[in-house]
Amino acid sequence: MTPGNHQGPVGSRPAVTGPELRSWAPLLALIVLCLGFGFAGPGFATLENLWTVADRSAIPLILAVGTTFVILQGSIDLSIEGVMAVSSLTFAMSVLNDRTGLDLGVFGLVLATFAGAGLGLLSGLVTTYLRVPSFMVTLGVWSASTGIAMLLSGDQPPLIKDPMLHALGLGRSFAVPNLFLVAVTVVLLGYALQSYTRFGRYSMVIGGGEDRARLLGLPVDRYKVLAFTFAGLLSGLGGALESARIGLGHADIGVGQTFATITAVVIAGTSLGGGRGGVLQSAVGTLTLAVLTDGMIFAGISPYAQKAVQGALILLAVLVTTWPLRSRLRIVK
Amino acid sequence: MIEPVLRVEKLSKSFAGVRALDDVSFDVRPREVLGLVGENGAGKSTLLKVLAGVLHADRGRIIVRGTPVSPANVAAAAAFGIGIVFQEQAVLPNVTVAENILLGHEHRAVRAGFYDWRTLYARAAAQLDKLGAGISPSTLTATLSFAERQLVEIARALSLEERTRHEPIILFDEPTSMLDANGIETVLRQIERLRQRASVVFVSHRLDEVLRVSDRICIMVNGRCVATRDRAVCNIADLQRLMLGRELDAKYQRQPLSTHGPKVRLSVRALGRRNSYHGVSFELHAGEVLGIAESAGSGGKTLCRTLFGAERADTGEIVLDGRPVRVREPADAVRLGVGYVPAERRLEGIVGGLGVRENMTLAHLDELRRGPFIDLAKERQVVKSWIERLRIRTPTADAPAHDLSGGNQQKVVLAKWLIGQKLKVLILDHPSRGLDVGAKAELFALIREFARAGLGVLLVADTVEEVMALSDSIIVMKDGVVSGRFPASAAKPSRLQILERMV
Repeated sequence: MTPGNHQGPVGSRPAVTGPELRSWAPLLALIVLCLGFGFAGPGFATLENLWTVADRSAIPLILAVGTTFVILQGSIDLSIEGVMAVSSLTFAMSVLNDRTGLDLGVFGLVLATFAGAGLGLLSGLVTTYLRVPSFMVTLGVWSASTGIAMLLSGDQPPLIKDPMLHALGLGRSFAVPNLFLVAVTVVLLGYALQSYTRFGRYSMVIGGGEDRARLLGLPVDRYKVLAFTFAGLLSGLGGALESARIGLGHADIGVGQTFATITAVVIAGTSLGGGRGGVLQSAVGTLTLAVLTDGMIFAGISPYAQKAVQGALILLAVLVTTWPLRSRLRIVK
Repeated sequence: MIEPVLRVEKLSKSFAGVRALDDVSFDVRPREVLGLVGENGAGKSTLLKVLAGVLHADRGRIIVRGTPVSPANVAAAAAFGIGIVFQEQAVLPNVTVAENILLGHEHRAVRAGFYDWRTLYARAAAQLDKLGAGISPSTLTATLSFAERQLVEIARALSLEERTRHEPIILFDEPTSMLDANGIETVLRQIERLRQRASVVFVSHRLDEVLRVSDRICIMVNGRCVATRDRAVCNIADLQRLMLGRELDAKYQRQPLSTHGPKVRLSVRALGRRNSYHGVSFELHAGEVLGIAESAGSGGKTLCRTLFGAERADTGEIVLDGRPVRVREPADAVRLGVGYVPAERRLEGIVGGLGVRENMTLAHLDELRRGPFIDLAKERQVVKSWIERLRIRTPTADAPAHDLSGGNQQKVVLAKWLIGQKLKVLILDHPSRGLDVGAKAELFALIREFARAGLGVLLVADTVEEVMALSDSIIVMKDGVVSGRFPASAAKPSRLQILERMV
């Protein structure tokens, strides 16, 4: 029972080369990018640099997995930075630190992650039950949670004193950065969720046709709340891990992550309209951005020009990945 | 007397003051196919939607096997054994066929939230096998043809059997209106097969289909069920008379063209597009309806879209009123005075969320301008006059366009172009698709009326009847080239003469 073996009894099957090609294009682009930087100069194609890129992409990967489900459903999460800030402060102040007397160790990580999940849950509930567009809700949650983090932080950000957590954030196991191992685990978990659970499949269904899903009596709201909660949970994890790496809790810990994450998710073909894409695509998108940032240093591009080059390449990537959709007048929703 | 599986008693439903259903009553017997016919707007779709739990009746009762029910949504209706195959397909393109078939009732195939794909595929395959459909359950639905997706929907409706101890009641809302001849045949055969395991309510505009598959036929007029007939004792003419309350008059027939002005509106010279059509030339005169007869995929449809700028031509020349023009995009066509009534009415013809008024004036807001603003008073007045002129049945000028019946939607699309002061050429792409006989006759009469006023009308259709009913001149296309020409000056061709050149 392999797909494509059966020829339908009626009508002709439209060519599938379009979508098939599109799904491989981002990975191809990533490989081409790596090859390009590899040949551009020495230094990029070394094992050490590979681990640098891995380390750099670890937190973005974790964030991208959570955001993928929200975007697959056709919603958006703009609260990543705020959630990271709250979880960063929660984490730093609940483990061994210079501000509070607490020393929860790894439980601090769990606590911070749950704080993130709580904020995600809030976004989800407001979006679904109060019927406010996710764009507005998560914008509000971002702002509010950044405020909470600033209150917690005061003018003296808490320093983390727990050596075990420093080791988690900066150390390596079998030469691989610890955080990257965590990220890979999260990506695999996300892929399993997407492919083998009702949450994952219904996220696809909701993105593909929310009105139809509701018509069929599916509990759409429940899965939307779940997606926001899951995204919040991973943003929380990301915020805590970033704190472990830099050794302090800070309200600005996630600055720039919201749009970086959405960019990463979208350049690899996950549609902002929902229903198309997935965790692996998002992972490819995230790695592409990380390689880009890293490679430009080796390619000798002036730091002043890097932002512009990055923007140009992102535009190019989006153009390439959406090219097959450009049959004129086709309704793209 | 056999106990009916479904009994509808005095069902009523109104939308914004318009009675869609007015005390409708009928029975469906076990393993019976009940045909439901009526003009557009007679309430057929509304009736099915109420039965399937999509809409809720204002008054009346639905009785399933002796028990009164009031399904709150499609899932609830399914629990009573009522399944529906929607007019606009409700399958999701971005998931597999199996997920579509079992969506919402995966049961054993999902344990504790985890998918067991093997079981899911096997259960979906069991449903597809009932139809003898050779579709793999693991296929991505988007890759299926339209007709195959229709089969997926039917398989979904059939899966009800697993959930109720009884045989399902399956409602078909115009399952054939968007299909070609092969697809129609497949669906009709499936409905005939279903008789062995289900009761069916079948809605179609094609009376021959209804007569073929139904045991009994219920005729609806203005939200009422006016008559029920056994198939054995009625024919198409009877049904038409009952539906319309009158005989179809002569306006459906081809009329001799009045004054065939010598003025050439549109001249197409050796136009070609790779992989679609090539070397196509013809002239369209003011006041003339030129029909292109073709079987699907012969290039005529793409040709029409080229003339409207929706596709690009590789070679050739388009001359409008004696001047060569370039039509790169629809905006050019609109500016030049070319209008296009697309076949995919819901996707390309109307903007569903907008009202009738906005839909009508969308393409010609320039002509309703006062300085940088739209002259709302003028807009309202123009819209009002066109609603009256085309006899569009709508509660108000601001009712959402997607709430109108198919025939009235098509009139709105027509009005959108007729509003234009300098409209020269109107292109009609399968204009009567999904319309019933009454709406069709009315639409054709309108088109001829406007053609006589000096428009050039270009028509593409896949049924010879439609082309013959409307056209003065006819060209036939086959495999991307013109294979036959029947100018208005020559004798009227026979149906066979046209068909010969199509295949």
